[in-house]
Amino acid sequence: MSTSVTQRFESSLTDIGVSITRTESEAFASTLDSVVTEPAVGVPLEGYGGVSLSDTVVETPPTPRLLRTAQTGVTPVSKAIAEYGTLVLDSDAAGTEPVSLYPPTHVAVVRESDVLPDVESTTDHLAERFAVGGSSVFASGVSATGDMGALVEGVHGPTNVDVVLLTDQ
Amino acid sequence: MSAQVDRRRKAERIRTLLETEGETVQENVAHLNQGRYDAMERFDDFEALRTAAREIKAEAIENLPTLIETLRESVESNGGTLYLADDAADANRYISEVAASKNAETLVKSKSMTTEEIEVNAALADVGVEVWETDLGEFVLQVADESPSHLIGPSLHKSREDVAELFNQVFDPEEPFETAEELTTFARDYLGERIREADIGMTGANFVLADSGTITLVTNEGNARKSAVTPDTHIAVTGVEKIVPGVEELHPFVELISKSATGQDISQYVTMLTPPVDSPTIDFERPDEPLGSGDGEREFHLVLIDNGRMAMRDDEQLRETLYCIRCGACANSCGNFQHVGGHAFGGETYTGGIATGWETGIEGPDAASEFNDLCTGCSRCVNACPVKIDIPWINTVVRDRLNRETAPSELSFLVEGLTPDAEGSLSAPKRFFGNFETLAKLGSATAPVSNWLVDLAPVRTLMDRYLGVAPQRELPTFQRDTLTDWFESRRPRLPNADADRTVVLYPDTYTNYVHTERGKAAVRTLEALGAHVELATPIESGRAPLSQGMIATATAQADAVATDLDPYLAAEFDLVVIEPSDLAMFRREYRKLLDEDDYERISEHSYDVMEYVYGLLSNGASTEPLASPDAPVAYHSHCQQRTLGVDSYTEAVLDELGFDVVTSDVECCGMAGSFGYKSEYYELSMDVGEALHDQFTDAGDRTLVASGTSCTEQLTELFARDATHPVELVAPDGRT
Repeated sequence: MSTSVTQRFESSLTDIGVSITRTESEAFASTLDSVVTEPAVGVPLEGYGGVSLSDTVVETPPTPRLLRTAQTGVTPVSKAIAEYGTLVLDSDAAGTEPVSLYPPTHVAVVRESDVLPDVESTTDHLAERFAVGGSSVFASGVSATGDMGALVEGVHGPTNVDVVLLTDQ
Repeated sequence: MSAQVDRRRKAERIRTLLETEGETVQENVAHLNQGRYDAMERFDDFEALRTAAREIKAEAIENLPTLIETLRESVESNGGTLYLADDAADANRYISEVAASKNAETLVKSKSMTTEEIEVNAALADVGVEVWETDLGEFVLQVADESPSHLIGPSLHKSREDVAELFNQVFDPEEPFETAEELTTFARDYLGERIREADIGMTGANFVLADSGTITLVTNEGNARKSAVTPDTHIAVTGVEKIVPGVEELHPFVELISKSATGQDISQYVTMLTPPVDSPTIDFERPDEPLGSGDGEREFHLVLIDNGRMAMRDDEQLRETLYCIRCGACANSCGNFQHVGGHAFGGETYTGGIATGWETGIEGPDAASEFNDLCTGCSRCVNACPVKIDIPWINTVVRDRLNRETAPSELSFLVEGLTPDAEGSLSAPKRFFGNFETLAKLGSATAPVSNWLVDLAPVRTLMDRYLGVAPQRELPTFQRDTLTDWFESRRPRLPNADADRTVVLYPDTYTNYVHTERGKAAVRTLEALGAHVELATPIESGRAPLSQGMIATATAQADAVATDLDPYLAAEFDLVVIEPSDLAMFRREYRKLLDEDDYERISEHSYDVMEYVYGLLSNGASTEPLASPDAPVAYHSHCQQRTLGVDSYTEAVLDELGFDVVTSDVECCGMAGSFGYKSEYYELSMDVGEALHDQFTDAGDRTLVASGTSCTEQLTELFARDATHPVELVAPDGRT
């Protein structure tokens, strides 16, 4: 992935109030532990090379109680969109959708090679997903509402979103 | 009930809304508009994607029956069911049956105007299902027992204080709620509980992909995501018009919808679900079992609503309504909506400009009759619409249809002779305002007696009672000597042999009979810059009848104008127009009224007078003969000039001549042609005008300048001093 796309991604995340922590795979476990607030629940990072939640403080598999009590939900991210700082979350049987949604903080683990420039460049990925009955969410920053007379962040979805960027993947 | 009592009641209702909801609506809408303008500015592809989006919608509606069948196959092969409901009752029956089959006691919903349209909440309550709205705005309205006032911000008319007062009263918390944060936290926790225990989740859908059965939800709060995946059973309810072929066609809409709606580059969540979804079932009653390990199974029902839409598809004039993506930008860009909000500017379900199309198609034209008048045709919504729907035209068509239904007024003899037969049984006020040209001719021919006459108090009382003309308004002063008289008196006159350009100047009704000075200024300016000027025959462009929904009369006038202009345009004259609303007729509305060749020729060769002056100066004409600034200027451009994108030329010319100019950025002055003259809308018109007044309060004694006649009248009323057309500022001194 070109440096400029990553830079754009980082500055978009900053614009929408999402913090970003860069790490290499080797230091992933300790980096993640420093980012999450416990109790934390997670979805296994299927297909990520050499990194795992098993040697972190994050609990798996998710349960309804963990959805309700965890302070942090950790999930993989299939693609990211540099232009808007958007995370593409693919729904899966392991629970990426509820784990990214219920806890007040969502920590998204993004591989740098998955960062795409813009919305249009995700079309191929989405087409492949939908063709086999898959579902995906574009999540850009925290949940928000203006319905109570002023902008409030943190409604039904997370109040904080943090990205951990795997720079060597 | 007499027409006058009717008008008084309407005025009373508008007054109440101005007092109760107006301020909050205005504040919230201003915020959305600023966001939209900024987002459009940031995004280079906006115009290209608007064009693409419109083409996609046009094609999808054309192919709708095929798309529905493709979608049915997709949904069924995914393991869901698709039900195509003829109308609201049919949809509610099906949904109730699904609820019964699941023994459902409770159902959580995310925001959906289509479910408001079919009133599913009431239908579910009837069969004993408890329904909770989980969108915070909808929840506020559910608690308050009110209806939405905006397509995307249902509780846009409520301030934080209003919501706090409501929640404190209903939920009686130990510590009274005060801040938006406190209210949000309470509602989230309260509704979180409802979501966890719900048997069914119901959502709408912003877009549905035929080839995969994927539904797209564009939201900010996260409640749609939760409502869709927490209960095992998901019912999505949406209109048939939401179908697009596939993910390729989704992209422009993802880019456009949030920018147009709220000014966000993209909404917090664009949820694309191909149900039944892969996400594991969640059983909160077995809290320590891994997700998905229980015996729950996901079930999905897509309920597609027709409810008049397939008939709208067959209605050439209403069809475009089906392209609407429900972003609310038309409402936000509307001066009147900004001041009264959706509770005045709406029908059974839908609010704002495009609501006229929706209400007419779904409920019938009567549902749109109450608020249809609030569209002044200012056209500010035209460029705001992400799929380029001609919303003012839809409003005009519906007005025309309503005119044809209305019984003749008992006092229609008052305006006999004003209306051609084609319009049938029009009300007296419509005939009066729609036939301003006849009135102006008469007024001019009998001036100054006509002017003295209408200044008499008893006459104004009668005009208010029978014609609905607001007694507070100053009426136009007709000139005995018309612009045409003056122009003819300058003959014999040889053509300007050195002229680089030949111009035919259009003497609109106001310029010809009332504001003749601006016509003379235009002639002198154009000639001074080296153009040879001829004057077209003074035939009203059709704007006045069109504004009253009198399409047949407007078409007849457009034909007459086209015939008159034909020899000039054939000889390659440029058509120069002083009044922006008439320029907008030539450039926009004539597309609907004339055959394509005539429209193309008139539209391509027509110019705003200041646009033309700009062009002459750019092509080397000297500014030397034009007037120099003698005072600083406060300039308000006309709403239709802005839509046509010609307002900047006036500023550029004034700038080049060294004028010190401040400009306004309000959408409309509130006068909007005849709108502000109408008794029942006078107060609203002045309320809208107040925003313009505020913008120019610091302008001190600057010369007030406006391009439109009605803007000029409004400025004069707001500031109690005269306003002038920009061409009068720059015209060379002296008379020729």
